[in-house]
Parts: sequence; structure tokens; C-alpha cells
Amino acid sequence: MEALRAGSWRCQVTGLHVDHSAEQLIKFNAVTAVLYLAAGGLMAILVALTRWEAIHILDDAEWFYRLVGAHGTAMLLFWILFFEVAGLYFGGIVLLNARMMAPAAGWAGYILMLAGSLGMMVTMLTGRATVMFTAYPPLEASQWFYLSYILFAVGALIAVVVFLVNVVGARVRGEVQTLPLFTFAMLAAAIIALFSLISGATAIVPLWLKSIDAIDYVDPGIYRLLYWGLGHGAQQINLAAMVGIWYALATITVGAKPINEGLSRFAFVLYIFFIQMAAMHHLLVDPGLGRWVRTINASYFIYAAVLGSMIHAFTIPASVELAQRTKGYSRGLFEWLKRAPWGEPGFSALVLSFVMFGVMGGISGVIIGGPQLNMLAHNTLTVPAHFHMTVVSGTTLAFMGITYYLVPLIFRREVFQPKIARAQPWVYGAGMFIFGIGMGFAGHLEGVPRRHFDIDFAGLPMANGVFDNARVDLFLATMGIGATLAFIGGAMYVIVAAGTVFLGRRSEAPDIGRVDPEAFAVPAVSGASGEAEPEAHRDLNQFEAPGTFAIATAFLTLFVLLYAYSWFELSHVSWVIR
Amino acid sequence: MASNRTGTLVAPRGRWWFPLGKDEKLWFAMAAIWAVTMFAMIFFIWPAVGDNQQTFGGYRVDEAEFALLTQQFIEEHGTGENLFGVPVVAPPPGSDVYMLATRYQFRPVVQLQRGETYRFLFSSNDVQHGFSLQPDNINLQVIPGYVLAVEMTPEKTGEYEIVCNEYCGIGHHLMLGRIRVVD
Repeated sequence: MEALRAGSWRCQVTGLHVDHSAEQLIKFNAVTAVLYLAAGGLMAILVALTRWEAIHILDDAEWFYRLVGAHGTAMLLFWILFFEVAGLYFGGIVLLNARMMAPAAGWAGYILMLAGSLGMMVTMLTGRATVMFTAYPPLEASQWFYLSYILFAVGALIAVVVFLVNVVGARVRGEVQTLPLFTFAMLAAAIIALFSLISGATAIVPLWLKSIDAIDYVDPGIYRLLYWGLGHGAQQINLAAMVGIWYALATITVGAKPINEGLSRFAFVLYIFFIQMAAMHHLLVDPGLGRWVRTINASYFIYAAVLGSMIHAFTIPASVELAQRTKGYSRGLFEWLKRAPWGEPGFSALVLSFVMFGVMGGISGVIIGGPQLNMLAHNTLTVPAHFHMTVVSGTTLAFMGITYYLVPLIFRREVFQPKIARAQPWVYGAGMFIFGIGMGFAGHLEGVPRRHFDIDFAGLPMANGVFDNARVDLFLATMGIGATLAFIGGAMYVIVAAGTVFLGRRSEAPDIGRVDPEAFAVPAVSGASGEAEPEAHRDLNQFEAPGTFAIATAFLTLFVLLYAYSWFELSHVSWVIR
Repeated sequence: MASNRTGTLVAPRGRWWFPLGKDEKLWFAMAAIWAVTMFAMIFFIWPAVGDNQQTFGGYRVDEAEFALLTQQFIEEHGTGENLFGVPVVAPPPGSDVYMLATRYQFRPVVQLQRGETYRFLFSSNDVQHGFSLQPDNINLQVIPGYVLAVEMTPEKTGEYEIVCNEYCGIGHHLMLGRIRVVD
């Protein structure tokens, strides 16, 4: 293993052999992702400042709607999926210390994704596809939009298959037995991606056929069912990948080891089996579904997938606590937390992402995902508030956090402007927090609709002053202020990421801050010996992570209170609905 | 502490499935109980005690036929009055209320009596729309080719605005409707 292998280089920091093809694919996918994040961010600020009624920066409704759709697509599909493909190659090849199989297929996938994404962006921004991210029929877009969509999905599918082939290949060759937890999370994400992308294809292909007049009709109700298999499924890919990155960040920044490897893996298995049911959350107030399917799916069948997230909600901070206590920070309940590396961008990104995802995104999602309570949320700003807390505050911030470690290692360059990097998660996190509060309250308390150019209704008398009050103004202004701050935080990220890639000083052993020396240490024969070391000094009657248990209990209490309050609110609606 | 715990980025060595510790067990039990409680809430408890259910359903309909039925409904129960150019209809208690979402209005304006139950039939004859009743913030999806049938009983008098909250085209932000509830 020590000899330099053909087609790879040995990393001076981690000791891993990095395959050249995998390295190049990771670089291209990651850079493309960050470019889409920058483009999506520019569109985001224009949309947010238009919804801030006092500013209303865009005065053309057509452009507003184009940008809402293009922003969502650039962020939810392109920034995240390109980044995830980079993550798949990292977890499935680099971390396994393996040689890449089928690199040509990897490149084919990348080129298809790039071509598809550019086609979608161009058609959306030139007004040939003003159909929003969701593209609900009977709204019509140019055939090139649908074709680009299909190309992108096929490209992503190829990347997922290349990952699976590589993981299975490494396993068959005996180079790995049990996968590292991070790779296991990526495997869960890849499996969820398989059925998400297939569901998406069954939704989009008929729209393309209709756009070239090959078929006459696409049923809009059925489309919604199939489309959301992708639309929400893609978010479940993000969830699995994000949780994997949380574990990785915990290991890199404080040397955390899973408090219980088996329990963490079980939680990912719960995701694979149950989380795709959440796709039907979007159909809870549709015609065409019966009570049974609404309830079974809305509950991910007895909330089994929520249980998966609740497990991670405990095991991740518990792993951090355990690692910190081992280092001697063991006084009281919270010394481990107080003495954590708060200035380390990977750690602050982990904590901010974890807390905002769980408290704001997670709780709101479970509440509005129930069939009855969904009536108070469907298509209001509550919905984008929820998913901005999961996908932006959660996933995006976690992805930003891991960038500060993996980009210097893969590009072999020093971090550009580490001081900006240290402040970045705080600025971005604070912005998204304020944004989420403003947007959430505007949707939840006032019923302000999403994807809406002008809630003044151009002064139409029929509007009767709906939404014309100081609370709505305040919430939308809060949202705009938060968006501005997050935009600054996002720009800081792009400066550091792009600066590192293009301007960072070349170094075989880049300084990536305080990294646990054992984080990447490759065991001599990973898992192959089969020799189980005995569990030393483990007392099953003691609390291993009392501080985490206290925090988790507080979280659950808040969850219960907010959930109960939501039903109280529903009981105060002045209409009986059956 | 377990000596053979490894990080999350390297393969665990040897056996990695261990019994749960005390706090893990306790947390898992609490989370599982909460999950089952939430399931019971939406499946058993709220259906037994709540006024706002989601037992409504739908059926397929021909778009043109639904528009025609709405027109007949307007002619049958119309008051002759127009509000903002939209006909006002006062259907008798217990009757079906046709509500057509069409670019860019909800037709007709409906006048209801407080405490009486009506069966609303929502559909569209062009693209998808969102029925958002304000200020109570009740939101339903309107899809062409389908009828969403919902029994609704207003408990308070007043003027209620209907806002479209599903993007439906360039005039989406001008799409409104009205329900009036009287004694």
C-alpha cells in the first residue's frame, strides 16, 4: 500500500491514495456546484428583495417569476446535486483508498448534467420555461427545457451508478469490508437517489413527449404524484448526504467517533425504507387521494423516518460530547460544549446547520407534513420557510463547512483568506435564521402565499386589504434583511472556495486547521482481520453523554409544545371542514 | 469507553454492533413513543375530536363540463349582483357550491349563511390554482380535470378573500375571489 500506485497520488495529510480520475471528477463537480450557488444566490437576493414590499426591487412580474423558478432550480438541483456527486466520488473512491472504476462513465455523467443544467437555465431565464421549479402541467414550457431536464437526470443517474459500481467493486476486491460511516451515508443517499431520479423521469418524459406533440395529454394529478417522487426525493438525498457530512465534520473538528456505530447505521436504513413516503406531503390537499394513503404516507408510516432523524439528533452531539470528555473537558453537563472549537468553520457550520435543521426545519416539516395541519400551510410562505431551513440552513451550510477541509486537500492548495472562512458560517447562519423567522411567520401567522409577485394586488378593490397590515410588512422586511445578510455570507463562501481553487498557494500538505490526527487514518487492513477488540470499561448503566441527553430532551419538549400548539391553532379556524 | 470506536471517515474495525447504552436506549424509547403519538394524533385522535378534517376526496371531471356546470349554478342561484365584475351567488344551505378557478379569478363570489353546511366543488378549466381562504388561512389545491369536494361550514360572518397561491401564469398575483358569510 505504501508504494505509489499508478494513476494516483498519496495525500501527505491523510495518507490516502487519491485516484487521478476521481480527483478530476471531484474538482469539476465541486467547482460547477459553487458556480451554480453563486448564480442562484444572485437570483435569490433579487427575489427576496422583491418580496420585501417596501423595496420591491423587480418591477416586472415576468422577470420575478422567471427568477423564482431559476433560483430554485439552480440551488435545489444544480448546486446541491453537483456537490453531492463530488461527495459520492470522495466517499466511494477516495475514502476507500480505491482506484476508480469506469471513469469514462463518470465523465459522461458530468457532461450530461452540465449540458442539461445549462439548457434548463437558459430556457428558464429567457422566458421559454416560466413554469417554476415544479413545472406543473398544464403549464407549458419549451421542449428544450424538458429535454435538458431529462439529460440532467440521466447524467445524475449515471453518476449514482458509477458510485455504486465503485463501492461494490472495492468490496468485491476485498479492499473494504464494512464501509466507513460517511460512505455508508453516501450509499443511503445514492439508493434514495436511484428511486427519486427514476420517479422524476416518469414525470418529465411525458411532459417532453407532449411538448413535441407525441402525446395529447398529461394528467396533472398523476404528474404531481410522480414529480414529487423526485422533488421531495431529491431533498431526502440531501438529508442523507448532509447527515453523513455532519458525522464527518464532527470527526474532523473534534475527533468524534460514533457513540454507537450500529445505531447510526440503523437510522440511515430507516431513511432508505421510509423517507420516500414523504413525497406525498405535497399532495395532502389534492383531490384524488384517499384518507388512508394520505395518513400512511404523511406519517412516513408511523413516523419511522422521523425516528431515524431523532436518532441522529442524539448520536451526533453525543459523539462530539464523548470525544470532548475523553480530552478532559468533562466538568458538569456542558464543559465539553463550552470548550469546543467554535472558531473552527467546520465546527460552527456543523452546530448551526444541525440546530437550524432540527429545530426550525425538522419540527416545522413534521407539523406541516400531517394531513390536517397541512391545510394551514400548503403553498403559503410556511412551505419555503420550512425547506429553506432544511436545505439552506441545513444542507447548504453543512456543505459549506466540509468545503473548508476537502477543497484544500483535493486541490492541494492553502485555504484562501482563512479569516473570512472562520466568520462565514456565523454570518450565513445568522442571515438564514433571521430569514427563516420572517418568512415562517409571514406564512404561518398571516397566510402570505409563496411564489407571488405582489401581495398588494396592484391595489385591486377586490383584495379588500388582505395582507395590508403592519405585521405582514414587518415579517417580510425581516425576511429581506435576513436574505441580505445570508447573501453576504454566501458571497464570503464563494470568495473563499473560488479563491482557494484558483488563487490558493499550492501545498502538498495544506493547513486545514485543527484536524484530529486519526480522522483519516487508514487502518492497516480495514475490518478484514475480523478481530473484535473487547469493549473496554463500558458501563451500560451510566449515561455516556448526559449533556447531549439534556439538550435532546429540551429539543423534544419544544417539539411537543409546538406540535400541540399547532393543533390548538387548527381548532380555532372559524370554518368546519370535512 | 469502547476502545475500538473509529471515526466516521474510516472503516470500523472488527465488530461494530454493540448493545445500546443507557442514554441511547432511553432516547430511542422517548423518540419512538413520540413518533407513535404523532401517528395516533393524525389517524385516531384528531378524526375523533376535531372539526377540521381531511376526509374530503375528489373525482375526475371534464374541464369544459365543469365550467358549464358552474355557469348553470350561477344562473340558478345568482342574485343578479356583480361584485368587481364577478357574479354573486347565494346558494341555499346544504347545496353544492361550484367554484371555478380560472385565469385570473375565482368564479363566482359566493354568499353563505353562517352555521350552514355547503359542499364546495373546486376545479379549474385551464391550469392548476391554489385556493387560499384568508384570513383563516385554509389552503387547498385546485387541479384541472379533477374536482376537489369539501364540506365547509362557516362559523363567523364576514368577508373572506380567496387568494391564488399556486403559480398560474403572468397574472397570478392579480387572481382573487370572495366569500361572504351573512347571518
